[in-house]
Amino acid sequence: MSHLPLGRRGFILGLSAGLAAGRAELALANAPGERRLVAVVLRGALDGLSAVAPYTDPKFAELRGPLAMPGPGQEGGLLDLGGTFGLHPAMPELQKMYAANEAAIVHAVAGPWRTRSHFDGQDFLESGADKRLSAGWLNRAVLALWPAEARAADTPSRKALAAGQNVPLLLRGAARTANWVPRNLPATSPEAIARLAELYRRDPLLGPVFADAESGRRFAAAALGSQPAGQPGGERAGFVTLMQAAGSLLAQPQGPRIAAMELNGFDTHANQAQRLPNLLGTLDAGFAALKAALGDAWRTSCVLAMTEFGRAVRINGTGGTDHGTAGVAFLAGGAVAGGRMLGDWPGLGELHENRDLVPTTDLRALAKGLLGGHMRVPAAALDRDVFPDSAGVAPMRGLLRA
Amino acid sequence: MVPVMSRDAAVAANRFGLGARPGEIVAAAHDPRGWLHAQIERLAPVPDTLKAAAPDPATALETTFIQQRTQPDPNPVQLAYRGFVAELMEWLATTDTPFLERWALFWANHLTVSLRGGNPGALVGDYYLNTIRANCLGKFEDMVLASARHPAMLRYLDNAQSMGPNSFLGQRSRRGLNENYARELMELHTISPAGGYAQADVTQLARVLTGWSAGNPGPAPFVFRVPMHEPGDKQVMGRTFTEGEAAGEEAIRWLATRPATWRHLATKLARHFVADDPPPAAIAAIEKRLADTGGDLKASAKAVVALPDAWGKAQSKLRTPLEFVVASFRATGNPLPPPNRLGALNILGQPMFLAPAPNGWPDRAENWAGPEAMLRRIEWAGTLVRRIADPPDPRAVLEATLGPLADQHTRFNVSNAETSRDGLVVLLGSPAFQRR
Repeated sequence: MSHLPLGRRGFILGLSAGLAAGRAELALANAPGERRLVAVVLRGALDGLSAVAPYTDPKFAELRGPLAMPGPGQEGGLLDLGGTFGLHPAMPELQKMYAANEAAIVHAVAGPWRTRSHFDGQDFLESGADKRLSAGWLNRAVLALWPAEARAADTPSRKALAAGQNVPLLLRGAARTANWVPRNLPATSPEAIARLAELYRRDPLLGPVFADAESGRRFAAAALGSQPAGQPGGERAGFVTLMQAAGSLLAQPQGPRIAAMELNGFDTHANQAQRLPNLLGTLDAGFAALKAALGDAWRTSCVLAMTEFGRAVRINGTGGTDHGTAGVAFLAGGAVAGGRMLGDWPGLGELHENRDLVPTTDLRALAKGLLGGHMRVPAAALDRDVFPDSAGVAPMRGLLRA
Repeated sequence: MVPVMSRDAAVAANRFGLGARPGEIVAAAHDPRGWLHAQIERLAPVPDTLKAAAPDPATALETTFIQQRTQPDPNPVQLAYRGFVAELMEWLATTDTPFLERWALFWANHLTVSLRGGNPGALVGDYYLNTIRANCLGKFEDMVLASARHPAMLRYLDNAQSMGPNSFLGQRSRRGLNENYARELMELHTISPAGGYAQADVTQLARVLTGWSAGNPGPAPFVFRVPMHEPGDKQVMGRTFTEGEAAGEEAIRWLATRPATWRHLATKLARHFVADDPPPAAIAAIEKRLADTGGDLKASAKAVVALPDAWGKAQSKLRTPLEFVVASFRATGNPLPPPNRLGALNILGQPMFLAPAPNGWPDRAENWAGPEAMLRRIEWAGTLVRRIADPPDPRAVLEATLGPLADQHTRFNVSNAETSRDGLVVLLGSPAFQRR
């Protein structure tokens, strides 16, 4: 098997514009409290080989059949990522970021689990372990970074934000979180709310949740002004709205520094060519909305989009793909040393269980690289608390600008 | 005469039922367990309006094909779906057999069909009434088999299109196997990953089930399409299944009666009726009843009612949004017009037949108790209460719904609210009303 070190083959597009940034900006980027991390969970198992196609791999066209898209430059073809891999054409915004060295792609990535169950896979992905834990790894990272504030009963703003109706397991746990969704219901009378606050205060499970809901709304109202009602338009508009709001809140000087959200629907067992463009387009529009809303704070930000596992290399009998093993993760943000493919490409010559892309990067190594290098979570906490018993998994290097 | 208010009656109506309607706790007070048993002795008929809102599968498939071919406006699949859900919500809000309906809802979630795949919107009414509910007091294997043959499931989990690579049609087309249904049948519907199977077993089971299809030729609800069926013997978990339709039924009945299946079902039932992390004794009791009766669901429902923990650990379950909405309707007499009944579930994040994935809606508090999710419940309760033309006395509604389960602080704040509408919002929004 030929493991090509993608990073060292130099798939660098354009000039390293980031190097032009002055010392002052670099200093700002390194100032404590300025760095931001956004995690996006892509539920349903994104097909990494469609999102980021190894179109020059000798086996690719044969194995993928009608799902193999034309190469860069051809009509409806892939978007260029430096000559060996091509990005799905539904993701032009991410390609722009890649060309500006603000986005990178990790291929053949997988967690340490080997399940093809979505539900186990998502639980493990969010737990950061090969079993389901009651808290998510991002929550444990928040605890490690801000141990006192994360547990404080009363604070104007939480360090962690869940954008969406529910808090994903990734961000559940002892560190308390803010939560944002578009407002589209009339407010409750202040008198009734005061009475309910009194009742919730006595409730050990729901009391902290209610308190964080109230303070979260106060902060969001002050930061974002009066919000437009939630726009109709389905999941796509919903996700983009969430990314935009998350960006605006993260940009606040006293706002959250870590955010999580989710995008559903990647389980493309049938008619994948029809279904995937809309999903990837939604993710792409979300990246762009986040960047725009972050403004200057984009420079000190990093987004990680990840999925529970990849999909089988061979197309199935119904124009889709079944559950697989290794997949792809996206990194974007001004803090990312982008314009590169990261990790080792295992090739398609040999497959895991004669079926799936062989994993070469442990997702925990990637997450540790970001949490350690970017957010400055201490190594000991990463090895022991954030990803339990993971001392043997070294953080991935070279993810971030110097 | 002062009505007899027993704590067990309140538990029966809230934990096992769908939330008390006025008069229900009193009706159950004489014999709460007997009140529950009576509801599952036989399958109570549903109203004609609900039946009429669930077109038979052939008609529903025809509607689906028309919609896919000509895309008429308004969308007839959407209309069928909305019509059924509105009627179902009306039924859930008014039924006198709330334990039976909760039992059916549990199994519908266990064998989830979602509009997120296969366009089954016109089919879910028949699926719910005639596959899930009709079998929910019978044998579990019959319910799984009925779901395996229903076009809603065949479409949702893609088995309708799955084709044996060496079948007559498989040899002549680029099409082939889709293992989606086979995997979820093992993982979610029957033995669960604890049952111990490998990728090869999933693929082999998918081969066994090739040809189980729907809709072609014509709007046939279920067809076994021989030209799509993979020839030859298949090995699933060390067991040989021969070629043909009968082997598929054999495989499903075999999986649906494994010890691992009893364990899986018992765990989910105990989680639903006792606590998010149920005591092992509760799981064991249900598991034993399932095993002893070969998966008799009526007997299992009685085993659930017999669990001491189901009565002892009152109010330990957080209501899901659906449970909260239905309980609110039952408490207030369902004041919303039909379109708003659906809207309520969208607003609170649990629209019917729209679970994000085939494992259905989660059944643990942590999945639903997000900060915004809780505040939105309160705000939605406000929109509901504003619809009530002549609001009842909130104190009377509290007694009729929570009764002995209401603590003194809830009583005080409901009783002392500024207006009767505010009092109702405080009641429906209270932590006590979020639980069952």
